[in-house]
Amino acid sequence: MPQASQAQLDPSGAPAKSPMTFALGEFWKSFRKNKPAIAGTIIVLLFIFFAIFAGFLAPQGINDQNIRLKLQPPSAAHWFGTDDFGRDILSRILFGARLSLRVGFLSVIGSIVVGTLLGIIAGYFGKALDVIISRFFDILLAFPSILLSIAIVAILGPSLNNALVAIAIVNVPVFGRLVRSRVLTVKEEEYVMAARSIGMGDARIIFQHILPNSIAPIIVQGTLNIATAILDAAGLGFLGMGAQAPLPEWGKMLSDSREYIQTAPWTVLFPGLAIVLVVVGFNLIGDGLRDALDPRMKN
Amino acid sequence: MNEALLQVENLKKYYPIKGGKFGKVSETVRAVDGVSFSVREGETLGIVGESGCGKSTTGRMIMRLIEPTEGKIIFQNRNIMELSKREMRKARKDIQMIFQDPFASLNPRHTVGHIIEEPMIVHRMGDKKERQKRVEELLELVGLNAYHARRYPHQFSGGQRQRIGIARALAVRPKVIIADEPVSALDVSVQSQVLNLLKDLQKQFHLTYIFIAHDLSVVRHISDRVGVMYLGKIVELSECEALYNHPQHPYTKALLSAVPVPDPDVKTDRIILQGDVPSPAHPPAGCAFHDRCPAAMDICSKEMPMLKTLEDGRKISCHLY
Amino acid sequence: MFYYSIKRLLMLIPVLLGMTLIVFAIIHAIPGNPALTILGTKATPEAIHSLNRSLGLDNPWYIQYFSYLKDILSGDLGTSIQTHTPIASEIWPHLAATIELSFIAMIIAVFVGINAGIISAWKQNTVLDYTAMILALIGVSMPVFWLGLLEQWGFSIKLQWLPSIGRDDIRNSVDPITNLYLLDTLLQGRFDQFWMVLRHLILPSIALATIPTAIIARMTRSSMLEVLKSDYIRTAKAKGQKMVWIVYKYALKNAFIPILTVIGLQTGLLLGGAILTETIFGWPGVGLYIYNAIQYRDYPVIQSGILVIAFIFVMVNFVVDLLYGLFDPRIKYR
Ligand SMILES: Nc1ncnc2c1ncn2[C@@H]1O[C@H](COP(=O)(O)OP(=O)(O)O)[C@@H](O)[C@H]1O
Ligand code: SF4
Ligand SMILES: [Mg+2]
Repeated sequence: MPQASQAQLDPSGAPAKSPMTFALGEFWKSFRKNKPAIAGTIIVLLFIFFAIFAGFLAPQGINDQNIRLKLQPPSAAHWFGTDDFGRDILSRILFGARLSLRVGFLSVIGSIVVGTLLGIIAGYFGKALDVIISRFFDILLAFPSILLSIAIVAILGPSLNNALVAIAIVNVPVFGRLVRSRVLTVKEEEYVMAARSIGMGDARIIFQHILPNSIAPIIVQGTLNIATAILDAAGLGFLGMGAQAPLPEWGKMLSDSREYIQTAPWTVLFPGLAIVLVVVGFNLIGDGLRDALDPRMKN
Repeated sequence: MNEALLQVENLKKYYPIKGGKFGKVSETVRAVDGVSFSVREGETLGIVGESGCGKSTTGRMIMRLIEPTEGKIIFQNRNIMELSKREMRKARKDIQMIFQDPFASLNPRHTVGHIIEEPMIVHRMGDKKERQKRVEELLELVGLNAYHARRYPHQFSGGQRQRIGIARALAVRPKVIIADEPVSALDVSVQSQVLNLLKDLQKQFHLTYIFIAHDLSVVRHISDRVGVMYLGKIVELSECEALYNHPQHPYTKALLSAVPVPDPDVKTDRIILQGDVPSPAHPPAGCAFHDRCPAAMDICSKEMPMLKTLEDGRKISCHLY
Repeated sequence: MFYYSIKRLLMLIPVLLGMTLIVFAIIHAIPGNPALTILGTKATPEAIHSLNRSLGLDNPWYIQYFSYLKDILSGDLGTSIQTHTPIASEIWPHLAATIELSFIAMIIAVFVGINAGIISAWKQNTVLDYTAMILALIGVSMPVFWLGLLEQWGFSIKLQWLPSIGRDDIRNSVDPITNLYLLDTLLQGRFDQFWMVLRHLILPSIALATIPTAIIARMTRSSMLEVLKSDYIRTAKAKGQKMVWIVYKYALKNAFIPILTVIGLQTGLLLGGAILTETIFGWPGVGLYIYNAIQYRDYPVIQSGILVIAFIFVMVNFVVDLLYGLFDPRIKYR
């Protein structure tokens, strides 16, 4: 415990920095010094920019076909070349950023909401509910995630949105376990006991005391999970279990161009590079957040 | 000062310890094992005992922050044990608690104002403006300043934080305050300030205290009656002065002799307790104190002494009486 | 230890049961009538009805589930719609192919990952360290299927060094005994074939090993960084021992736990990655088996394939858990 400063020393009554603002300041100080994390932020912001302004940036639409210009190598007119329908690959990649980022963010938000809910129920109320929920997590985690998403997509039917849902479901236990363990820790804090002693109800305790103390690890895990969600969505697209033609989803673009790898390798090269780049970006941010928010989480 | 405001009967808390083969319950920790006492309106009941003897558990059970395994808690002629979860939350308005650790018991993310206001929000007292006014009054009442409301706990010293905890407990105008070692974590110089504050507040608001401490000297100045606990049981309960001047139970005597005497000329027979407090999972048979008791007799290891009432009103559990 | 093993084994039961329930539920939630799938769209309603009856599909779901459970326990994994062969009898060659591939991938991952991690930590903040860590970062961010395609393009198509499809050459195929081809060719003394099988393994196993290698490298590096600061290293250095030896001796002494953890965690990744890797490299493992079944809507195969892989994953983690105890005295069994 750092020596508490004497409050009387400053009678001005100016509201002091909250520990939250203080923590944010500290966090920013440490994050800013982390060059890889800044690089990751720039990459991700760039892709978000692409996604938002794809309509302005892209030289062509996602399905502007020109069979006479099919499988053209990169040139001034088509920076990344053209595919087997003569579509501009750069344009498709720019629009593809929309799809991948959407899957990444939405699926992770879904996993966080459901996982947090289940994790709180399991950790806070415990007993039979905890056993059931924890076993449920164990069982879901017993399946390799891509297999489980495939199975779920098989039920829902192959589409990008169903892939999104499947990925969200598969990642629920990741956040569920995380939140549960945070809840178990925070629940034992004396200020939670104090909150109960003043007659506070469970809902208020959870929202006022327990959740705010669980947010940091959720954000770290969430960022890293966006990266894997994007990878998984591309994998599903590649297997034909995700986005369907003519959507310019990067994994789907890869599987469609496979057969031209010999004659037109650029059709395979650029969509893959886009995936790697954006995933690297999220991983860098995630690592940086982890180091800045909680040095003990480093591993 | 005679009506019992709060009465506790045969309160018990057993913790099953899982372990051993196949996670069977292998032993039971008897954290509190049949505690009974009553508290009269406006008085202070001190509860003393070595660390781990079940004081905090007792205090928390009275508020049902920990569910008792067994026992009755009668507050204002109502058995609290029969209240629903909802009713219990309402009932907590009348009984409040001050915690031992002034660092851990205040949420570091909330402002002092919010911390003190929270009980009033929970119990729907007044509107925002009234509550804030009361927060400022409370802060001044406990010796802080109104502007401290906008600060965060980490900007205060231990003693100041304990004052914040006291203000929080007072916010809903409770009848009873359970103070669980409120000064143990504080410097000796600060301890007496906080104790005096508690005394003043008691007079001003006609409060009833249950004051828990592991140290007999702290309790003496504030208590009307004192109960001494050992391994989950009350071994002696008596008027404060009688207990300090004429301790009867061998354990009380031993505890008292360990208290440093301010005047070195006064000779006391120091009784040094041998050995450690036994684990509440394996309390010795018979009198739980017999393996450390200088006056132990044969019967002590065989039969558990009952809590008897002596003619001066003192309650004691020892085969000597 | 013995009781602990039994306890862990008993705790597996609900997980395994839950797995069968989930797989069962998934297959039953898939839209479409299995009878229709089996008989084709021209089937008469009567034929569908009678097949439904003979498949037990007109029973309530829990009866169906229990009979499904009974079948599994008696080793009956259903019959493939596509080949009309019992899955239990045709799955082993696929399983063996996946096991062989994953095993080699794991060896690569452990070997490369640990060495890269140690060197990175030892030469912290040098070009070597940065390179290794950047590679590791790209490794965890790489879609397996893209890497596989690039490998094929580079090493098979352009350089023509290595085969890119299958486990062996069609005109020189291995006579299976155990279906673990490396083992089979050795048993048969066919060293030429052993070499051929190994060449086929190289590209897919590297692709599959990428992510686990990267993760192991990162883990090893950070745990070694801590170790290097420890008194142990300082004392050893003071005694004049050579740094290389100190580092490796200590690293290997302490490597088992991280390796075990990673094996446990990465088996899932490997088995999951197998479906993508096998699709690209035409590797006839369970992944490809399931992938083809998806294309044909061969639900019994999808069902049993997923179940078998999940089962292996759970069992590997069980063994890893037990091995923890053997290597790490700090873990107490309660
Ligand atoms: N949740 C629990 N599970 C098991 N034992 C407990 C639990 N809480 C407290 N105990 C045990 O109960 C006994 C009494 O604890 P406590 O009431 O905190 O003692 P005190 O406040 O007098 O120091 C201790 O021996 C403690 O170890
Ligand atoms: S009953 Fe016996 S052992 Fe217990 S305190 Fe009295 S004399 Fe000592
Ligand atoms: Mg205590």
